[in-house]
Amino acid sequence: MEQNISIIGGKKAKSAVEKTMHIVFLVCGLAAVICVICMTLYMIVSGGPAIAKIGVTKFLFGQIWKPQIGEYGIAPMILSSILATFCAILIALPVGVLVAVFLAKLSPGRLSAGLRMIFDLLAGIPSVVYGLLGMILITPLLFRLQEQMGLPMGGSLLAAIIILIIMILPTIISVSETAIRAVPKQYEDASLALGTTKLQSIFRVTVPAAKSGIVAGMVLGVGRAIGEAMAVIMVAGNAAIMPEFLRPVRFLTTSIPFEWDYSSGLHREALYGIGLVLFVFIMIINVVLNRILKQGAGDRE
Amino acid sequence: METISDKLSNNRKITYRKRRPFEKIVYGVIWLLAIAVLALVLYFIATILIRGIPAISWTFLTTASNPIKQTTGIFPSIANTLYIIFFTLLLSVPIGVGGAIYLNEYAANKRLVRIIEFATETLAGIPSILYGVFGYVAFCILFDLKVSLIAGVLTLTIMVLPIMIRTSQEALRAVPKSYREGALGIGATKWYMVRTILLPSSLKGILTGIILSIGRMVGESAALLLVAGNSANYMPQANVFAQMAGSGSTLSVELYTYATSRGRNDIAFGIAAVLIVIVIALNLLTRTVARKLNKK
Repeated sequence: MEQNISIIGGKKAKSAVEKTMHIVFLVCGLAAVICVICMTLYMIVSGGPAIAKIGVTKFLFGQIWKPQIGEYGIAPMILSSILATFCAILIALPVGVLVAVFLAKLSPGRLSAGLRMIFDLLAGIPSVVYGLLGMILITPLLFRLQEQMGLPMGGSLLAAIIILIIMILPTIISVSETAIRAVPKQYEDASLALGTTKLQSIFRVTVPAAKSGIVAGMVLGVGRAIGEAMAVIMVAGNAAIMPEFLRPVRFLTTSIPFEWDYSSGLHREALYGIGLVLFVFIMIINVVLNRILKQGAGDRE
Repeated sequence: METISDKLSNNRKITYRKRRPFEKIVYGVIWLLAIAVLALVLYFIATILIRGIPAISWTFLTTASNPIKQTTGIFPSIANTLYIIFFTLLLSVPIGVGGAIYLNEYAANKRLVRIIEFATETLAGIPSILYGVFGYVAFCILFDLKVSLIAGVLTLTIMVLPIMIRTSQEALRAVPKSYREGALGIGATKWYMVRTILLPSSLKGILTGIILSIGRMVGESAALLLVAGNSANYMPQANVFAQMAGSGSTLSVELYTYATSRGRNDIAFGIAAVLIVIVIALNLLTRTVARKLNKK
């Protein structure tokens, strides 16, 4: 948009205001870029030294996290985070896509609108409230299982996974539904005209055509799951040990607030280091997401 | 061998449908899942309200906790939440709307637009705990603001920026091109056009962004726990700036503290009920605004 159309222009004051506003808006626009650059720099500057001091391999692959005796290995947390995210996606993705299909294609319009409203609500519930519900409703459910296996009763990886599934469902549902709705109706009509049933057209034609959107929803869900801290800290039990489904675990995210208050010196710096590792994960997810979205846009053109 | 005429002669009506038991099962599964998710949401909300409402009383909402009288009150965290929302909006709305205006109206360089949009997407994807770490290092230590509400405001400003930019951009896009051409055509300068035509016509979209931002801030806990602390047992000070310079917890952070270190689930549920009511109210508000927007 290069309209500098001002045939009557020439008043200096006016053009000065124009120029100032242009610069003001430019600065506002660049604010996001500046924030991202600053964050990247700060995460590296604050997290880097600790990782360097501890040693990259020792930090990333060390299996023992005991700041009291100077052991800073975050492998258990990385594995827990990845495992929990993977399991959560494994269940939330099919459920989310099926519910999205239901909303977009099967349920009567009124019902869809009502359901959508309720799922939106689910997305808006604060994560601490999920954590509280998990503490009261989900962890006790697993107590009996833990008792039977002779394990200590308390927070567990499984409880965290269940909470994560519930938390990422609304994201996956709404993104997938948008993607499914965006598929041109002709695709489905053509398929139906060839004599397929409604379900066949949905699952063989519409859903594959909405693939890139659904994948984008999945990646968004992965980002949410790996970055969630407060809900899982309340149900995961927070022991920095290798992940097992019914034992307490600690994630990359939860170790930061969990030890924040009583950490200092190298311990605090190691927490920044965990932040940096998490940041790298998130950045990779962001770039992947960006690629997928761009590809999706390309496909449609 | 069966020929076509054989097939046609077996008394099948033209409306005959092959039975597909598998499809029936799939339909059943889909319906079941949808109902299950719905039931889950309702169960959650009902649990929060049933367990939370008994804790709510006038004293609970309007006073600070008093260990001598043994009453619990969450007014300080309500006040802190409102302060944080107010000041964050004060910063994020102009920056967000300005950024959207730049992207939509001014930017001629496509590459720059792409970079800004990528940065916005990135910000939206960063989890709040990392905002907490960044905010702590940048605002609490480097800017020497200590653990304070004002550090929380600055952190949240960055956090809600993507929401503001995205919704404002959508609102601006919805303004017909003819409005712009009309204004410019009768000799308005660009800024005048933005101020008198674009902003008023995209006001409702911007309002949606504000409501969404408020929702994000109300629910925020991880970042605020690190940069604004979790102490909120005192009534807010009369001097707003003194209050902002000190640490304090918002409703969500207070919920976390009550549920974990203080071990008072009853109060935590009371706060959860308050939060849920706020979230539902904000949701309805967004919907109303959106509906009015569509009507126009």
